Amino acid sequence: MERIKMEKFSIIQYYGHGIPYLKNLESKGKLIILEGPDSSGRSTQISLLNNYLEANGHAVLNTGLRRSELISEGIVEAKERHLLRKRTMSLFYAADFADQLENKIIPALKAGYIVLADRYIYTLMARDAVRKINRTWSHNLYGFAIKPDLIFYLDVDPNELIRRAFQKTTEELLRGIFDKDNFLDYYESGEDIGFSDDLLESFISYQMKMKHEFYRLQKKYGIIKINGNQNIEQVQNELRNKIDKFLKIPFDSSTK
Amino acid sequence: MRQIKNRSGNIITNTKNIKKDKYEIKGKLIIVEGIDGSGKSTQIHLLDKWLRFNNKPAFLSEWNSSEIVKNITSRGKKKEQLTPTTFSLLHATDFADRYERNIFPLLRAGYTVLADRYIYTAYARDIVRGCNPLWIKKLYSFALKPDITFYFRVPVDIAAGRILSGRPKLKYYEAGMDLNLSNDIYESYRIFQSRIIEQYEKMITSENFTVIDGTLNIEKQQELVREKFKSVISFDGEN
Repeated sequence: MERIKMEKFSIIQYYGHGIPYLKNLESKGKLIILEGPDSSGRSTQISLLNNYLEANGHAVLNTGLRRSELISEGIVEAKERHLLRKRTMSLFYAADFADQLENKIIPALKAGYIVLADRYIYTLMARDAVRKINRTWSHNLYGFAIKPDLIFYLDVDPNELIRRAFQKTTEELLRGIFDKDNFLDYYESGEDIGFSDDLLESFISYQMKMKHEFYRLQKKYGIIKINGNQNIEQVQNELRNKIDKFLKIPFDSSTK
Repeated sequence: MRQIKNRSGNIITNTKNIKKDKYEIKGKLIIVEGIDGSGKSTQIHLLDKWLRFNNKPAFLSEWNSSEIVKNITSRGKKKEQLTPTTFSLLHATDFADRYERNIFPLLRAGYTVLADRYIYTAYARDIVRGCNPLWIKKLYSFALKPDITFYFRVPVDIAAGRILSGRPKLKYYEAGMDLNLSNDIYESYRIFQSRIIEQYEKMITSENFTVIDGTLNIEKQQELVREKFKSVISFDGEN
């Protein structure tokens, strides 16, 4: 069982001011992030990775945005009622993240888990920036976030996202555009993202802006870009390759 | 008054107003700060009544009162599972919601906006709870600075006495029980609130607080509050 060894301890590193009352924490685990827009295949890739890592003997914890038991419901409700302004939304998601970070992610890392995050602070910072919130402000806000070991971004052409979305029914498409995390919705009113009557036009324009923001973030945070236009297996293999290399596990298992 | 030169060398007399003019802020922002039991809520309530009685458009915003956040905060408090960072961010969300939907638009519309606790409550509490002071200050950097900040100064014992006369016991978070200062809730309260007072006292000069002696009787305090108000904001109406 040599393969499951992750003997190294490391001290958890923060991006900014950190959490002063949680200094010098030892992590035995790894934090791996997968970022990417909706319909990029993110969730599918995460669940395949989860199975793969567990099959290799690693304990895995799944996490993602808006999953704090205490806070997530409140965000959903406020969004449904179209009550959230941009700064409030930003801070609400930050609170949700903080709760998960301290109550789930940090304890799991200390215990030696691989924490797989379905999106992290980069999506939140990109959303803020697209909404014209000062980038320095967002960067400071997430100064309490810990630096991951690996960050992947599924880069998908917006037209490909549309094509994938069209494979669903029209109804699902509408829901996909309005109810999920794309924010092409009521409270944005298109002030800053050129909202128009044409849903697809809005969708593409928003996705292009997010993509752009991710390119900016990529350099600053060392995000690894993965070509998300490939099929599921190709993407998964690429992810496994990179993770294996990082964990120093020989790559010997093929995509299921 | 502070004098600063802009890039072209012209003298700008008040930096606070530069930011305000950019957004065409016509209203005034008056806030009260102090520990629980300092009497600040009573005083801001009376100021609100006075303005309304004189037909001045006024709006009172209270700390931790956002419709979309307050239930979550109170649930988290009940479960006693809020870490300082989450606690801080929930209050910031609550503040941002009130700020974006009420305080800021109403200031632009020319209202006198009154706030029962403002960013200084967050500065004081979150710093005492162990958050990084710079982080907190930058977090709230989007908020306009008040035109008047009344700070109600009272000794801890008087504040505690006032709180306990209204209800039987102290609450977990107001006593700072999450900080493990003492197993005894009264002792913990005393230490925690004293530290908050310390933080407030440090801000008096830098944040331009108007200190009101919270041990004076209610009428006298209100008189001082209105006097200060009239010295800063033009007011034509009866007393």
